[in-house]
Formats: sequence, structure tokens, C-alpha cells
Amino acid sequence: MTSGPVSPLLAADAARRGDTVVASGAQAPVPASREATVEAPAVRTSGLTKRFGSAPAAVDGIDLHVPRGSVYGFLGPNGSGKTTTIRMLLGLVRPTSGQAWLLGEPMPGASAGVLPRVGVLVEGPAFQPYLGGRQNLTRLDACDATADPRTSRRRIDDALDRVGLAAAADKPYRQYSLGMKQRLGLAAALLRPRELLVLDEPTNGLDPQGTREVRTLVRELADAGTTVLVSSHLLSEIEQVCSHIGVMSRGRLLVQGERAALTEAGEARVVVTTTFADAGAAARVLVALGLVDVAADGTEVEASLAGTGVGVGAVSAALVHAGVELLGLELRRPSLEQLFVTLTGEGFDVAR
Amino acid sequence: MSRADVLAGPVPPAAPAAPAALPGAVARLLRSELRLVFGRRRNVALLSGLAAVPLLLGIVLYVAQGTALSGQGPGFVARVTGNGLFLVVAALFMCLPFLLPLTIGIASGDAIAGEASSGTLRYLLTLPVRRGRLLAVKAVATLVFVTAAVLAIALVALATGAVLFGVSDLTLLSGTTIPAGAGLARVAGVTAYVAASLTGLVAVGLFFSTLTEVPVGAMAATVVVAIVSAVLDTLPQLAVIHPGLLTHHWLDFAEMLRLEVDWGVLGQGLAVQAAWVAVFGALAWGRFATADVTS
Repeated sequence: MTSGPVSPLLAADAARRGDTVVASGAQAPVPASREATVEAPAVRTSGLTKRFGSAPAAVDGIDLHVPRGSVYGFLGPNGSGKTTTIRMLLGLVRPTSGQAWLLGEPMPGASAGVLPRVGVLVEGPAFQPYLGGRQNLTRLDACDATADPRTSRRRIDDALDRVGLAAAADKPYRQYSLGMKQRLGLAAALLRPRELLVLDEPTNGLDPQGTREVRTLVRELADAGTTVLVSSHLLSEIEQVCSHIGVMSRGRLLVQGERAALTEAGEARVVVTTTFADAGAAARVLVALGLVDVAADGTEVEASLAGTGVGVGAVSAALVHAGVELLGLELRRPSLEQLFVTLTGEGFDVAR
Repeated sequence: MSRADVLAGPVPPAAPAAPAALPGAVARLLRSELRLVFGRRRNVALLSGLAAVPLLLGIVLYVAQGTALSGQGPGFVARVTGNGLFLVVAALFMCLPFLLPLTIGIASGDAIAGEASSGTLRYLLTLPVRRGRLLAVKAVATLVFVTAAVLAIALVALATGAVLFGVSDLTLLSGTTIPAGAGLARVAGVTAYVAASLTGLVAVGLFFSTLTEVPVGAMAATVVVAIVSAVLDTLPQLAVIHPGLLTHHWLDFAEMLRLEVDWGVLGQGLAVQAAWVAVFGALAWGRFATADVTS
């Protein structure tokens, strides 16, 4: 296995070249005999591309890989191609080229067999405005050829309970607040047990409390073994629940992999707090260790560990050995937000 | 993990079988669709409005009875005061050029474009409902609604006519009189023919509905097709295309009111409708089966 963590700078280089960087071993070759079993990734795409008319490709040759059991944060600014990708995964939009597999089955060919196992919230909830929440779910369940009508009522009540909408179940949908609509959308996705949930912007329109509830719900579902593909343009809202991250910008998948590997791959910095008198000595020790980008500022000395192979333990030992009065030692890793800015060279909420 | 480990390890559980469609799934889908169509207040108001046409017509004719205006009016209207059964024919005759095409436009515009504009189409398709099945169920539900509209007009006309003018033996267009019972059957035949001759326009409307996310656009286009067809039908220069026009045979229902019904004429009318259904049904299917759903 050669694909280890990749530094974000490398990834950014690759993004400029138009490659996709896989930052973990997630895309290690899977033995053919297991490809069609439960071990097949929950979502896989190969060179998936969509062009609308003569406009630049909305989605440009992406290779998505969502392992089973993961919570995959699909991130990117508005207009970066997330929703078009999701629509192609679900068979709503035909790819211009490339292929997609859901739960190991080719899409859109295997829609009838696969989609009942997939709960969906795409680009906001949409229901019949004149029907109540429960009536809307009843309609959806009646339209689902593989849903058992005998258990319909119980499953609908459970789903409404789960999203905290039981009390407003009989109010007409058009009187719902944006947050309630979003909850009903989630309830529809949870009408039956699912192996995969595809949630496009599930926290849109929710207040902080609702956002927290969605995060908790996602975590619960993931703990129960459901794979969750959740897209968002608001990094902070879903960052905490994701085990894997994929970042899109301008139709390309810039980076994907395990979240931990992605952030660890970032440039780690060490910050030494010492006395004013010892600052100079501390800086010399860090330089002697081979750290780069050493900068002293009053009682703080900062340096980059990137590419040196020096651990924070070695730093502290060397400082103590040199007699530097060590008042504090901090290891700083870049946040996902910083990683994103490094990758795209722009803020998060930039629309195309 | 090496390949050998995988092979030696426990056999991974087989992928869960794809859930099978349960028996009666299509019937459930259709029932749900009909409940949606007939549960919509706008549609109920539309049916009530259409049902009010024969009521108003009957009352106007009743009030005008015995005045100088009595016995005037186009076609069958003049005969209504003599026999309530004719109110059915007169009411359908009045609704055919515009009100029934409008009804078709509204119902078919809702069918696909309405679901697309409200965004519910993407959720139906990801349930999933197969596109072909959805289109077929939408077509059936639209046809049922249009048939209900025709029936609403006919039944209210029959009741109104019976109360205001009574039902007596029916004098046919050829002058022969047949018993009221046979007359009722003839009027039922007129109603059935009118309903059947609207199927072509339903197919056209459904096709427009697959082209757009704007239900009003599909509705307007459908009505325009009916009107343009009727206008072309009046141009003698275009006589060669008249037999194939969507609306050309609509008034052939009068055939039912002749002593010897010429089934050939009626059959030709229905064949033209079948041709329009085949062409526009195929177009609608071709469009909908592959369309990108981006709404």
C-alpha cells in the first residue's frame, strides 16, 4: 500500500493540475471476490462528469469513494458541484461520462433494487403543500413499491417521532417553518431502515439547536451501522461528525480521505512558551533540531515541524536539555477550515 | 490484509437481496395518485365549476321558455326545452371547445410539471418509482380526472334536464322518435364518445408536462393546441389535413343521435385519437425516461 497521508500543499498542487488526491488508504484495491458483497464501498464513482449544454463541466471527472460505515462529509462552496454529483448518484441526472455505483450496484441501472436501501434528502425538502406531514409521508410510502403497507403507519409514526415532528404531524406542510420542513425531509429519509443515507445540506434552515439535533441523529445512525453521505457548504456544522471528508471546488474533487489523516497531514507547528531571557536560546535549540520557519515573538517561539520528522517529545527534551525554562509547549494542527482554504485558495462560501 | 487472509477468513455475508416489489404496488400508487388529484381543493372547485355549466344553462333556458328567445341558440340548445335529455348533449357541446381542454391542461400540467416545480418529483423518483410506471400512473390519473369532469357535466345535466324539462321519448336528428330508455342509452353513448375523444389531448398535455417545470406553461400550451386545431379545422384550404386534426372529430358524437349509428364515423374519430395518443405518448415517454431531473 503506497497511498499514505498527503500534505495539503501537495494536494493543492494536485488540484491545480486537476488530479484527485486520495489522502488515505481508503481506495486500496479491493479483492475482486468481495467487490459485490457488503464490502463494496457504499458509494463509488469513476470519472463522473456532467456538462449542462456548453457551460464548463458542473462535475468534472470525480472519483468518489465512500467506505461502508463511514460518515462522509461532502464539502464545498455553493455551486461547486455537490448537488449535481448527488443527483447523478441517485439516477436523477445522467452523467455525461463516467460511472457511479451505490452499494456496489451500477447506477442508474440498478435504481429499483438499490434506492429502497438508500434514504435521500436532496436539495431541500419538497412535499405536497396542501397535505399534512403525516399525509405526505403516507403518500410517499404508498408510492414505494417495496414498502410494506401493513407496517406503514408504525414506521411513519416512528420517523415523525425521531425527528421531533409528532406534535405537528397533521399541520399542512405549507404552514411548516423551514426547520420543520427540513425535519419532515429527514423523516422521509428514515421511513424505513436504510443502509445508506444521502443527506444534501441537511442543516439548511435549522437553528443551532436543530443543527445539533441533526448532528446527533447522524451520529446515532452511523453508530447503528448506516453509512452517511452528508453534504454541506458550512464546514463547521458537520465537521465534528465526519469520519471521512471530500472537498469539492469548481466541479473537481480536490481531496478526500479520513478526516484525521487529512488534518494530520497538515503542517503541524510547535509553540514554545518560555521566559523573555530564554527566548533566544529556545529559538537556537529549535533551529539546531532542524525545524524550519522559526520565529520568536516575546516569550513565544514558534516553528514548523513539517517535513522534519521531529516529534514534539524530542522538542521538549532538547529544550530541557539546553536548560531553557519551559513554561508551555503547544502543538498546533491546522483546522479543516484552514485546510480548505489552502486547497481552494479561497474562502468557503464562494459561489461560482 | 492479503488476498489469502481474505479467502481464509470468514465468508463475508452476501449482499442483502434487493427488496422485491410487493404485490399490489401499482394499485397502491394509483390510489395514492387519485387521492392526491381528487383531494386537491382546486381540482374539486374545477369539477364543481364544470358541473355548474349545465345547471346554469338549464335555468337560463327554463326562464326564457315561452319568450321570443325560446327555441333559439346553436345546435342542440333549442331542443332542450322539449326534452331534458338534450341538456346533456347541449352542455357537453358547450364545454367541448374550451372548458374541457382547459381541464385537460390543468390536470396534465399538474401531473409531471407540477411535481417537478414543487420538487416532489425527485423524491418520487428516488423512492424509487420507475419513470415509466410513474408516467403511466400519471396518465391514468389524468384520464380519470378528465372522465370525471365529463361525467360531472353529463350527470348534472341529466338531473337538471329531468327536473326542469322532464325526460320523454327522444326525437333523433333524423326525425324518428325512440323510447326514453333507448334515448338515455344514446345520450350515455354521446358522453362516452366525448370522454374518449379527449384522450389525444391528454397525451399532448402530458408530453408538454414532461418538457417543463412550469405547470402553467404546460397548461397553456395544451389549451393552445386545442384552439389552433379548431382554427385550422375551419380553413378550407387545409381540408387535406382536417381528418387528422385532434379536434376534427370531436363533434361526431352527434352520430349517436341518428337512427342508424354509423360506427365507421365514430371508429374513425377514435382511431385518430388513438394515433395522437400513440405519438404523444411515445414522445412523453422518450422525453421523461431520459430527462435530467434538476428541479
